[in-house]
Amino acid sequence: MIERLDQVFVILKHWLLGYLPQSWQTPVGVVISVVCIIGLYPALFAVTTVLERKGVARIQNRLGPNRVGPYGILQPMADGIKSLTKEDIVPTSADGVVHFLAPIILVVTVFMGFAVLPMGRNMVLVDMDAGLLFYFAMGASTELSVFMAGWSSRNKYSLLGAMRAVAQMISYEVALLLSSVVIVMMTGSLSLVKIVEAQNHYSYGLPHWFIFTPWGLAGFIMYAIAGTAETNRSPFDLPEGESELVAGYHTEYSGFKFALFFLGEYVAMFSISGLGSTLFLGGWMAPLAALQFIPSWIWFFGKLFVSMAVFIWVRGTLPRLRQDQLMNFAWKFVLPMCLLNLFVAGLWRFMGDGWLRWVVCSAILILAYVSIGREGMRRKHFGPRSYRYAE
Amino acid sequence: MTPLASYLIVAALIFAIGLAGALTRRNAIMVLIGIELMLNAANLNLIAFWRYGPHPELLSGMMFAIFSIAVAAAEAAVGLGLVISIYRHAKTSDVEEMNRMKG
Amino acid sequence: MGLVFYVISFFAVGGALAAVLLKNLVHAALALTIAFFGLALLFLRLDAQFAGFSQILVYVGAVAILVVFAILLTKGSEVPKQGVFSKSWFTGLAIAAGVFAVLAWAVLRAAPSLPNETATPAVNVNDIGNALMGRYVLPLEIIAVLLTVALLGAVIVAMHEKERAGQS
Repeated sequence: MIERLDQVFVILKHWLLGYLPQSWQTPVGVVISVVCIIGLYPALFAVTTVLERKGVARIQNRLGPNRVGPYGILQPMADGIKSLTKEDIVPTSADGVVHFLAPIILVVTVFMGFAVLPMGRNMVLVDMDAGLLFYFAMGASTELSVFMAGWSSRNKYSLLGAMRAVAQMISYEVALLLSSVVIVMMTGSLSLVKIVEAQNHYSYGLPHWFIFTPWGLAGFIMYAIAGTAETNRSPFDLPEGESELVAGYHTEYSGFKFALFFLGEYVAMFSISGLGSTLFLGGWMAPLAALQFIPSWIWFFGKLFVSMAVFIWVRGTLPRLRQDQLMNFAWKFVLPMCLLNLFVAGLWRFMGDGWLRWVVCSAILILAYVSIGREGMRRKHFGPRSYRYAE
Repeated sequence: MTPLASYLIVAALIFAIGLAGALTRRNAIMVLIGIELMLNAANLNLIAFWRYGPHPELLSGMMFAIFSIAVAAAEAAVGLGLVISIYRHAKTSDVEEMNRMKG
Repeated sequence: MGLVFYVISFFAVGGALAAVLLKNLVHAALALTIAFFGLALLFLRLDAQFAGFSQILVYVGAVAILVVFAILLTKGSEVPKQGVFSKSWFTGLAIAAGVFAVLAWAVLRAAPSLPNETATPAVNVNDIGNALMGRYVLPLEIIAVLLTVALLGAVIVAMHEKERAGQS
């Protein structure tokens, strides 16, 4: 009974496919899975927008939207109707084709990342051998669409926002890759299904998630920072900062195209949270051995919601980072910590089992954090301010 | 199912297009784009011969292509840095204008 | 199956053609990205998954963005008055056509004796890792040194020269 509930979607899909002739089964199976993904995540996006607005509002000591339904929960419907019926304004000097294609390419590449995420036991769309590499290849393609959006608008502020966003995304993409490479090193496989399988055992009722090891915890923190920066989310949202750059690279977009950018950003957040929970938090595993009767897909989406709650919480709490602080942080702190994390993970593997490796690895990481993070980032001298004008 | 010759013809076509671009365009960046196309065509050739060759499990072709991708990225970075530096000095990125050593 | 190959190669060759023919540089760079994607799909058809995804990651994610940044930093978005093709464009075109003719002639002449399609090679990422650390460790280390040198060199070459800012 528990297994049937866990595999209910797989059983449903196989039952539906049983009605079709043999040669049609694979393509239609793929189409069914793809339609489910494309239908589910925008629905989650709609729920998340209202949760975010209420959450950030409460953090800022005010109520959020509370007019549209009971406690404002029907707000996404109002937003959807508004964005569909608003006039689509394209500036006359804007580059028509590129302006049109930018949100489309963003949404397409962001949704492609879901093809390799295991959302439950046996519930992955494509079990690719190089699944993690495919995910990052799709993530790299989103930067191009951000640039296209900013450049095609023929607007100084859009271009500035786009350049900042691309520079930020490239810097933190290296950090994202390196913090995931630690996991690849320890499991020996790029396939996300195998990574979850490598975490899939419990000792004394506690799970073997990678976050419960020193290198896993450091890797998870680096991954969370880099993931927040990749999706241009506060405190790294200078490219779309509402108080600085009008709206950054999507200034000139109105109506449904803006809604597509918004959708792309939130779905990218889901995607990165999903990957983070797969790599570090055990994917669809339950946190305690006793809780395994709850279906695996509920745990996956539960972890996704917890990650979104943390994103919203951080957005409401922390101030925005300036561009130079952001880049400084990426190259001078996150990158060296990730490289050190690789070394520490190797040390962990070669030291064999026991308490010694915990002490040594934790000591190295804490020492590195204190020396690079605390002392190295402190500006000891405040000289006269220098100005550099555009020339 | 597609014969090896089709892949080789496509690679030759992209190589010739890249060569034409590198030889006929004025802007230095377009020359670099042509060079990138030529490198990509060579990669396609390597992978096609690796796949249809006698021992694909030895991975020689794929390794060669991966190293070629890395080298091309390094060369693009240096080349574009040079173009930016030359633009700062000569205020133009037109290869026809930069035809003497003076200045 | 032939249809998929023709569609993908249409995008690859079409993107390459657009990349060298378009007047607007940024459009040319975006067409180049389409060509890179087409080539990555051809790699995937040839069962070289690692090479295909690395191609997207490196070329589309890094080289295309480099090219676009360089175009923006050298004010390439304006179309120059003298036209975008050099004076000796016909010679260049003739040379390229000659090269293509020779290559195509060589391929078509050898077409009957080229090997046919074998079974899919069982290549997984584990083998690639073993090969990189076993047989190909020397090229790997040299590539690491090369990339470091290229990074440092590009930064030094393109760096703003502060002390000569008043004179130049």
